[in-house]
Amino acid sequence: MSTYAKKQGFGATLWDFMTTVDHKKIAILYLISGGLFFILGGLEAVFIRIQLAIPDNNFMSAGIFNEMITMHGTTMIFLAAMPILLGIMNAVMPLQIGARDVAFPFLNSLGFWLFFFGGVVLNLSWFLGGAPDAGWTSYASLAIHSEGHGVDFYVLGLQISGFGTLIAGINFLVTIINMRTPGMTYMRMPMFTWTTFVVSALILFAFPPLTVGLFLLLFDRMFGANFFDVAAGGNTIIWEHLFWIFGHPEVYILILPAFGIFSEIFSTFSRKRLFGYSSMVFATVLIGFLGFMVWAHHMFTVGLGPIANAIFAIATMAIAVPTGIKIFNWIFTMWGGSVTFTVPMLYAVSFIPSFTMGGVTGIMLGAAPADYQYHDSYFVVAHFHYVIVGGVVLGILAGVTYYWPKMFGTMLNETLGKFTFWLFLIGFHLTFFVQHFLGLMGMPRRVFTYLPGQGWETSNLISSIGAIFMSVGIIILLINIVITSVKNVRVGNDPWGDGRTLEWAIPSPPPFYNFKQLPLVRGLDAYWIEKMEGKKEMTPAEPLDDIHMPNGSIIPICITIGLFIAAFGALYNMDNKTWSVPVIIIGLLITFGSMLVRSLKDDHGFHIHKEELMDDKDKEVKA
Amino acid sequence: MKTRLRKWRLISLFAIMTLILAGCGEANLSALRPAGEVAQKQFNLMVLSTLIMVLVIIVVVVLFVIAIVRFRRKAGDESIPKQVEGSHKLEVIWTTIPILLLIILAIPVVTYTFEFADTSAMEVKDKDGKTKDAVVINVRANLYWWEFEYPDYGIFTSQDLVVPTDEKVYFNLKASDVKHSFWVPAAGGKMDTNVDGVNQMYLVFDSNKANEAENLFYGKCAELCGPSHALMDFKVVTKSKDDFNSWVKSMQTVAKEPAVAEGELAKQGQEIFNQSCIGCHAVSTSNNGAGMGPNLANFGERERIAGFLPHDEENLKNWIKNPDDYKPGNTMSGKYGDLTDEQIDALAEYLLNLKVEDK
Repeated sequence: MSTYAKKQGFGATLWDFMTTVDHKKIAILYLISGGLFFILGGLEAVFIRIQLAIPDNNFMSAGIFNEMITMHGTTMIFLAAMPILLGIMNAVMPLQIGARDVAFPFLNSLGFWLFFFGGVVLNLSWFLGGAPDAGWTSYASLAIHSEGHGVDFYVLGLQISGFGTLIAGINFLVTIINMRTPGMTYMRMPMFTWTTFVVSALILFAFPPLTVGLFLLLFDRMFGANFFDVAAGGNTIIWEHLFWIFGHPEVYILILPAFGIFSEIFSTFSRKRLFGYSSMVFATVLIGFLGFMVWAHHMFTVGLGPIANAIFAIATMAIAVPTGIKIFNWIFTMWGGSVTFTVPMLYAVSFIPSFTMGGVTGIMLGAAPADYQYHDSYFVVAHFHYVIVGGVVLGILAGVTYYWPKMFGTMLNETLGKFTFWLFLIGFHLTFFVQHFLGLMGMPRRVFTYLPGQGWETSNLISSIGAIFMSVGIIILLINIVITSVKNVRVGNDPWGDGRTLEWAIPSPPPFYNFKQLPLVRGLDAYWIEKMEGKKEMTPAEPLDDIHMPNGSIIPICITIGLFIAAFGALYNMDNKTWSVPVIIIGLLITFGSMLVRSLKDDHGFHIHKEELMDDKDKEVKA
Repeated sequence: MKTRLRKWRLISLFAIMTLILAGCGEANLSALRPAGEVAQKQFNLMVLSTLIMVLVIIVVVVLFVIAIVRFRRKAGDESIPKQVEGSHKLEVIWTTIPILLLIILAIPVVTYTFEFADTSAMEVKDKDGKTKDAVVINVRANLYWWEFEYPDYGIFTSQDLVVPTDEKVYFNLKASDVKHSFWVPAAGGKMDTNVDGVNQMYLVFDSNKANEAENLFYGKCAELCGPSHALMDFKVVTKSKDDFNSWVKSMQTVAKEPAVAEGELAKQGQEIFNQSCIGCHAVSTSNNGAGMGPNLANFGERERIAGFLPHDEENLKNWIKNPDDYKPGNTMSGKYGDLTDEQIDALAEYLLNLKVEDK
């Protein structure tokens, strides 16, 4: 063990993270880069609220404002929320099913780097002639009309990072199907693993339509195709369908992991098993399934006709039923329990009313004839921020606080955590509650300014003040992270004291091979069962033996950098630059060359020998 | 806990105060002050869904508050609560009741969806090919301005939509460059103007409500369409059926004999207009010229300059001088070279006197 854990210099650590295929380190990479993008997206949000704080404001120009809203939405969804959730999944899911890593560690690394460089491509647009400005939905007619390279950055950035997400989804699916420890049947899987499973399936089916849509747009913009050019027989509504066939499941890709995190937190801090586990699993699967049946509710005003609108309205309302089941099950998990209000639990508790409000406005939006009024107004803005901030972001904050000790071996400060919690929660409601009424009072969304005298001044000001609260909350969280990391007080296996699932049965952070011996699972909440029988650790399901581990590899970064280079070639192709085609070719050569090396070079990984593991155990006993 | 409760109370108090302060918005703009049949029905549906949803929220919050207050862990309590698996009965209850509530909501939703989509009256034509008993208006949305054509009367106007009260007004909606969305919040929900095909809808403007709003409603573009999306406003002028008919008459008169400028300055202005502006802007109500810019035949009677600036000479001059200062990304900037201040004065004089009604 000692050979692996020795202190390293900065360069060595950097190299280690660049080549790592360890799911826990990749999780940290996801968390850090997702966190950075979250701050970036947050800054953009603050700028938006400054611009809208007073009528007729001149804080930024109309063009810049459209770039801000586009980048805020795109960044928050694709580069902040999803990666952070993928990070938590990476950190926790293999531990929860008792696996030593994901099924394809190499692909896991590749998925991360694709996401990361995709995000870099997108954000480089700020420095290379302007960010995309057609909204995060990038509706085709506007996207084609948009000048400069902004939308090209959007297309290529999302294409690259989308491949990464798709790879991650497939990887998780295979992992959960194949790598569960003995005794871990499907109906004994922790709720978070279940949601990871369903979300991975959603990613598998939802991302290809986006990829197709982005390719069509890419060909239209960069290579002179006419898929969306009406004059040439194209059709722009196709883009809307493709986008929302991806876009609606995407909402569930974000919210389901948050549901999973909250399920773990509710039962841990109520000291009670999840109420109605099987109906929760059923509801999760049903939400995932129905999530694909409702995309056209984003298009009620497009003119699809009354039959389509009515069908999609009913389907949308149907989703409320499984979601309601979940809400009540969470409440009844606490019911009769022994509830303690740690910071993660505070987030979980506040999530219930916040998310319920977002959910019910969702049903209101699903009522098609009324949606003609809500659509594209601030009501929609209020709704989806209630769902995404009140659901996903609270879930992320809860999950990060809850799993911080498992990932880093030290606890975030609870007092500072409570400051963050209250500021963020108050700020969130302050910012978005009034926006419902702004929408109903006729304020369209995505407006860079508004004239005085339309009755919107007070609410907009309140909304902007709320944004300050949220920002201060996040700043305190960052301070908390710094303080915690500097103090670095180490914690044991089960720092919250009431851990129920396998991840709490092993050290924090876990050794790189996770489980010395794969644990035997005897029921739902496997670790809790052992604890209740007075045991300190899991019963092993196998004798102590050599562990086979994969080698790290730099190839994932090489593959990604090739695509990164090719993207810039494609981007400037429409300017008739002579160097653009050679650059595309060089980039793709790097990518496919790296793949070839990977295919031809045998890499059998290495074994940790039984003796080393035994040493380790002996040391623990002595200490 | 007490302090927490107090905080919550503060927040809700704050929220309610906000509501009261903000009221329900302006009569000419707010969906909460419906000014016609369509908006009224949509408003009723909003109220129904809100009531059902408030009911749901109350149930959730009550259960939730009981759960977090009653089952708090006492200090030093190390007991292990009973590990309940679930309850079949409860699961059935909270599956069935939401389904029932949703059915209650679904009935008016489906009914109204079909009702609002019923534009069959537009198809009933008389022997001249004109719509028999309905006012039909073709709306064409362009980068930051709106064109309104009355095909049955053979007239065009732009920016100010003129409609009769107390009857269904039907719209054909289309965009000519990028996607926009046609929205008059006080009169009803929006409909997208696509580049791909024509959408149809109808609105009704109630005469009493129109009086409250001083016969002027605000229209908005609701779909992001570029930098000046926020400024792509239009106005709806409501008139009684008689006034509407006489407005149509005077518009038709101008269609036959286009206005001739009166006065020295205005004549000068007309000359400049004919050199620099006429390529894009029509001044006869019978056509829309090349369709590149708003029809200006009744410009002097418009409510706003460029759709959102107060209608006065100074704003008009500033606008002509540099449209990009006011509507970034518009398609007018740079199309007519630099005009001197004198030329702009003349042009403004000419344009502000383009009127159809008070002649």
